[in-house]
Amino acid sequence: MSKYYLNYLDELEAEAIYVLREVWAQFQKPVILFSGGKDSIVVTHLAQKAFYPSKIPFPLMHVDTGHNFPETIKFRDDLINSLGVELLVGSVQDSIDQGRVAEERGKHATRNALQITTLLDAIENNKIDCAIGGGRRDEEKARAKERFFSHRDEFGQWDPKNQRPELWNIFNGKYFEGEHFRVFPISNWTEMDVWNYIKREKIEIPSLYYAHIREVVWRSNSWIPYSEFTVLEENEAVLSKKIRFRTLGDITITGGIESEADTLEKIVDEVSAMRNTERGNRSDDKRSESAMEDRKRQGYF
Amino acid sequence: MKIDNNQLLRFTTAGSVDDGKSTLIGRLLYDSKSIFEDQLISIENTSKRRGHEGIDLALFTDGLRDEREQGITIDVAYRYFTTPKRKFIIADTPGHVQYTRNMVTGASTANVAIILVDARHGVIEQTKRHAFIASLLQIPHIIVCVNKMDLVDFTEDAYNNVISQFEEFSSKFLIKDIRFIPISALLGDNVVNRSENMDWYQGAPLLHTLETMHISSDLNKVDARFPVQTVLRPQREGFLDYRGYAGRVASGIFRLGDEITVMPSGFTSKIKSIDTFDGELEEAHAPMSIAITLEDDIDIGRGDMIVRSNNKPETSQDMEVMLCWLHNNPARPRAKYTIMHTSNEQKAMIKEVLYKIDINTLKSKTDDDSLNMNDICKVTLRTTKPLMYDCYRENRTTGSIILIDDSTNETVAAGMIL
Ligand SMILES: Nc1nc2c(ncn2[C@@H]2O[C@H](COP(=O)(O)OP(=O)(O)O)[C@@H](O)[C@H]2O)c(=O)[nH]1
Repeated sequence: MSKYYLNYLDELEAEAIYVLREVWAQFQKPVILFSGGKDSIVVTHLAQKAFYPSKIPFPLMHVDTGHNFPETIKFRDDLINSLGVELLVGSVQDSIDQGRVAEERGKHATRNALQITTLLDAIENNKIDCAIGGGRRDEEKARAKERFFSHRDEFGQWDPKNQRPELWNIFNGKYFEGEHFRVFPISNWTEMDVWNYIKREKIEIPSLYYAHIREVVWRSNSWIPYSEFTVLEENEAVLSKKIRFRTLGDITITGGIESEADTLEKIVDEVSAMRNTERGNRSDDKRSESAMEDRKRQGYF
Repeated sequence: MKIDNNQLLRFTTAGSVDDGKSTLIGRLLYDSKSIFEDQLISIENTSKRRGHEGIDLALFTDGLRDEREQGITIDVAYRYFTTPKRKFIIADTPGHVQYTRNMVTGASTANVAIILVDARHGVIEQTKRHAFIASLLQIPHIIVCVNKMDLVDFTEDAYNNVISQFEEFSSKFLIKDIRFIPISALLGDNVVNRSENMDWYQGAPLLHTLETMHISSDLNKVDARFPVQTVLRPQREGFLDYRGYAGRVASGIFRLGDEITVMPSGFTSKIKSIDTFDGELEEAHAPMSIAITLEDDIDIGRGDMIVRSNNKPETSQDMEVMLCWLHNNPARPRAKYTIMHTSNEQKAMIKEVLYKIDINTLKSKTDDDSLNMNDICKVTLRTTKPLMYDCYRENRTTGSIILIDDSTNETVAAGMIL
C-alpha cells in the first residue's frame, strides 16, 4: 500500500530541490558556494538531483583561503570532474597580493574575515547574482531569522531588520543592478538531518570527517591541526591524536574532536549523542557572542 | 532513531507579550534535550549577568543583537528539534507592532498554531486576533495552551473559563481542529512531562500531542496540480530528445498514463514518465519534487500548470482576495504590482478594497479603503493574464499569492484567494 506523505528527510529534500529550481528559474548567473565541507557537498548533491537528467546548470565557486586541507582540494577537483561542471575560484591570497585586504597578525590571526572581500570581489567580477550556500538556521542564533532567499545590497550586506517577508513557498528573488542574493536550500536542516541524509544517500565526503590519527595542537578548547601554517607558542606541544572534524574550513582554525568514529554509522551515532554544537569547535565563532552576526552583516556566507 | 516514517511538523506560536511564549519554547527544547551544552552555558552566563535566578529559558529563543539589547524580538525566527517520533520546525513569531505581519508569515507554512493564554487573564483581545489569523491562514490544527496554571493554583475552573470564552468567539471562525491544554511553561507541567498538579486533566501533554497528531491528511490529495518551475533539456548522450517539466506537486496525485491538461494553453496529453534522480516513479503526490515528461511535444514553460484533465482549477483575470499588507509604504490606489502565484508571475492591479477587517473588534469596515502595514482587507484583483488558481481554503499552494512593488522590489502583500 502506498502512503501519501513523505518522511521528514524526503520532505526536506523535496523542499531543497524546489528552492534550487527556483534559483535556476529566477536568476541569471547563480553559483554554489563550495567549501568542501559536508553542507556544501549536500547542497551539490541536491542540485544534481534537482536538474537530473541535466548536469548542474551553474558553476561551483570556491573561496580559497590558501589555508586548505590538501584533502579538501583533492576532493573538490574530483567532484568537479565527475559532475562535469565549471569551477570558479576566488583566492584570498590574490586579494592579499593585490592589496585588497591585509593579513591579520598574531596567534589568533585567521583569514576568515578576509574571505568576505574575496567573496564579494568574486561575485562582482563574475557578475554573479545568486550565491547558493549550505547555511542552516540551526547553526547559530544569527541564522535563525535568515530567509531562504536572502537579499544583499550593493555592498553585499545583509540587513537583518529589513528582510523581505517569506510566505508559503513563494520566493521573491528580485533585485536591482549590483545587488545579489544568497540562497540557502537546506535552511531547515539540522546537523543531524545532514548526517542522516549523507548516510542514507551514501554521499561521499572528505576523509577528514572520519576519525584518523593526526598531529594536533590544543587551542581554544579543540584540537587544531598542526600544519605548515601553525606558529607554535612556547607552552604548546604537537601531539598525535585520533580525531575527526565536525566542520571543515580554514585549516588554521578548524578544530577537531577526539573520536573513534571511522564509519558513517559511528559518526551518526556520535553526533546524535553530542552535547555541543558543531560551531563550538570553530574558534572564529568564539570571539564574541555576536561574532557570527557581525560577519554576516558584512557579507559572510 | 527510526527515520523511515517520521514526519515533519511545522508549528507557530502566538501569544501576547509576557504570556510565556519564549519560556514555553525554551521548556520544550530543554525538556526534550534539544539544547546543547555550549548553548546552555552561554544562556546560564547571560542569565547570571542579568541577575536571573537559575536559567532563564526564554533566553534560548533570543535572536539578533539589537533585539537582545532592547530585550524584544521583532521578526520570525525558526527553531528546530527532533524527538524519536517527529522532527519539528517552530516559527517563532513575536509580538509588538508588526505582529500581524509576523504571524501571517509564520502561519503560512504551519500545520499547527499554538496560542498561549495567561490563565489569570483569560481570553483577551490579542487571543481573538491570533485565533482569527490562524483561521484566516487555514492552519489545520490549533492548540490553546492555558499557561501559568501555577499562578491560579492549578484549578480546573480557570482552565474551563478559558475554554468557554474561547469557544464563544471562535465558533465564527473556520477552525478544523482545536484542543486545549493547561500548562505551566515555567515549571514544565504538561509541556513535555505530565503534570502532577493537575490530575483533573485527562488529555496528553503538549509534546505528546504534537508528536501524535494526525497531519498527513492536511494536504489536499484530490486536486492534482503541478506548477512548472523550469524545463529540463539535457541535450546529452542518452537524453537528446528529453524534455522534462520540473516542479513540485502542489496537491493531489499524478500517475503514469494520466490524461492531463496544460493550463492556460489547454493542450492535452498523457503522462509518459515521472522522473527523479533516484529512478522513475509510478505516481507522485504533494509535496514531491519531480520531473514529468509527456507523450506529446507541447510548448510548456515556467508559469504553466499541468493538471488532470477531469479536475481543473479556476481560470480568471479577476478574483477576490483577502490581502494582508506587509509593508511600511501603503498601497497606492490602482497601482500595478507584480504578482507571484506558484511559478506564475505577472502584473496585477488592486481594483477595489471591499472592506477592511478591524483586527481589534474583528468587524469589517467599509468606509476605509487605505491599505497600510498590518491591514487585512478583502479586495478585488485584476491580473493582466488569466491566473490558474483554487480557493485558498481548499489549496494553500495554488490559492496563495504575494504582491511585489516594482519600484523597491519589496514584497508588500500576501493574499489568500477566496
Ligand atoms: N509563574 C509562571 N510564570 C511564567 C510562566 N511562563 C512564563 N512565565 C513568566 O512570564 C514572564 C514572561 O515570559 P516570556 O516567556 O518572556 O513571555 P513572552 O513575552 O510571551 O515570550 C517571564 O518572567 C516568565 O518567567 C508560567 O507558566 N508560570
